[in-house]
Amino acid sequence: MSASQLVSIFPGEETVFGAIRELREAGFAIEEVYAPYAVHGLDRAAGLRRSRIGLVTVAAAVIGAIAFYLFQDWVSAINWPLNIGGKPYSSAPAWIPVVFETGVLAAGLTTVLALFIRSGLYPGKKPRLVDPRVTDDRFAVVLDIPHSGFDIDRARRICRRNGAESTAVTPAPEPAKRPRRPPVRSLEVWR
Amino acid sequence: MARTARTAWPLREPLIDGDKTPAEVTIDISRPLEGRPTPLWWAAFLTAVTFLAIGALAVSYQIRVGIGTWGLNRTIGWSFDITNFVFWVGIGHAGTLISAILFLLRQRWRTSVNRAAEAMTLFAVMCAGLFPVIHMGRPWLAFWVLPYPNFRGPLWVNFRSPLLWDVFAISTYFIISAVFWYVGLVPDLATLRDRFKPGFKQRLFSFFSLGWNGALSTWNRYETVYLILAAALATPLVLSVHSIVSFDFATSVVPGWHTTIFPPYFVGGAIFSGMSMVLTLMIIARKTMRLEDYLTHRHIDAMTKLVLATSWMVAIAYATEFFIALYSGNPYERFAFLNRALGPMAWSYWIMVCCNVLVPQIFWFRRMRRALPVVFVATILINVGMWFERFVIITTSLSRDYLPSSWASYTPTLIELATLAGSFGLFFTCFLLFCRFLPMIAMAEVKGVLNAHLRPEHEDAPADPGPVSLELRPEENPT
Repeated sequence: MSASQLVSIFPGEETVFGAIRELREAGFAIEEVYAPYAVHGLDRAAGLRRSRIGLVTVAAAVIGAIAFYLFQDWVSAINWPLNIGGKPYSSAPAWIPVVFETGVLAAGLTTVLALFIRSGLYPGKKPRLVDPRVTDDRFAVVLDIPHSGFDIDRARRICRRNGAESTAVTPAPEPAKRPRRPPVRSLEVWR
Repeated sequence: MARTARTAWPLREPLIDGDKTPAEVTIDISRPLEGRPTPLWWAAFLTAVTFLAIGALAVSYQIRVGIGTWGLNRTIGWSFDITNFVFWVGIGHAGTLISAILFLLRQRWRTSVNRAAEAMTLFAVMCAGLFPVIHMGRPWLAFWVLPYPNFRGPLWVNFRSPLLWDVFAISTYFIISAVFWYVGLVPDLATLRDRFKPGFKQRLFSFFSLGWNGALSTWNRYETVYLILAAALATPLVLSVHSIVSFDFATSVVPGWHTTIFPPYFVGGAIFSGMSMVLTLMIIARKTMRLEDYLTHRHIDAMTKLVLATSWMVAIAYATEFFIALYSGNPYERFAFLNRALGPMAWSYWIMVCCNVLVPQIFWFRRMRRALPVVFVATILINVGMWFERFVIITTSLSRDYLPSSWASYTPTLIELATLAGSFGLFFTCFLLFCRFLPMIAMAEVKGVLNAHLRPEHEDAPADPGPVSLELRPEENPT
């Protein structure tokens, strides 16, 4: 973790694309980009890979569906076998609607939970904003400034040339200075 | 400079009028939340609350006395309240249709409508859930429908019953719709958190915005989750829910119910009625909340076309089931349909046909699609027709089945009418509160489509943005 960061504010999506591309071509590693809305292709431009959260969905759907299939079988054939209209105790076709619904329910809830845990979002969290306008209409590009070998002026020039409104050096948020948080946040080190 | 770049090559009409910037979108959408409510809002709210109170009184009375206060008899054991249940579940389908299916089909105009439509879904499903619970007679034991370990010996629910499938389908639908809606709200709540002055509302927005700070790594995951929720989960879910509702009828042996066409027929009808209800609400909202730039004539136009298409789905279902009944050679089935169209309740059948098949045909004409009063009246008539569709299916089929000696008729009591009025009261009370306290248009999504009309239709995300057409060249740079 470096001591300071270069925060450049951009007025719109048109400008931030060019800046990110030039910065990356010039060899700067982009620490984070802040955006008021999802811009198509901006995550790829900033070098982010596709999220693998879909794997969680598939796993949860399969587990939810299988668990409820077995549960229905256990209830209707083992724990409380009841003759209903002469149907077999284990009436597999009749289990399908509930199996489908529980699969979807498990997948949906788990996927959203996975998003919240991976991104460190939880109710009541104090936001750490680089600029209050990034939830309105401004874009921010943040570069970490290592202790040596970082050409601040060059980075600034690139940002300015692409339309940055401001480029400021700010202290990086130190882990120790961050607000107290619940243990679940420790998962964020995965990123 | 950004503006000139945006208007450089208009490939098609913009989705949002007024050449808005993202900041203007924030201002426009947060405006209704910041000021005091208008007299019009108060009038609507008080009316809705009055209806809700009437409904609450009626429900308390019938819970105290029992469902003998309804007009049911031995022959017609299901009528008004199941009609209302299916009607409200149907209304609740449009929200997910707009959010999920139109999202899959890359219909970008949906961004102006989806938030309100999803909220509408939640409130409609709440109204729907009310009716089976009241129908239980002892609503305080409603939790018995859930399979939970208990001390009454091994005693479980019957998983072969379509009514139990309904419990799972409706509750899953409600939970997933609520989650989908909330996930969509989080970035907008963050916008409001940073916009509002410190106070109670701001603290609430702050609490529920989960510390959202717009980081691209979060957006990246968020977009994936949104796609998964919409494409992989909500789309099959919305198709399954009304299919399962139709199984309540289709798995029985009553003539007129026991047909394989029911699942697609019910889903088509649900989308039809839901789209109409969205249109009704949008026309009110754009006028009363000054959102004409966001809910443009093009939105209304696209939605009326969907209404027209789904009206044909419903019309084909009516024709098919009638033809199959006549062609089947089954005298009971044949009688059930002739009885619907020509029997003592034929009036309800013809109201259904007029409202659902004939009225929407005016939407073939562009002038009619653009005439808001016409669209408004037509969508209300369509929902009247869709209510009667359920009434026709349920009541006329039950009233005359195999044994003529047990044929009977049905008239709703005042209590039942008051309960229906109360459900409308609940729906509109919730909707008006939603319009007042939450952004009724998804700001973060609308900001993303402001430039959509300048981009090629199906723009794939390249690994490298390549020649980004809207980039400013250095010499144009104002700084």
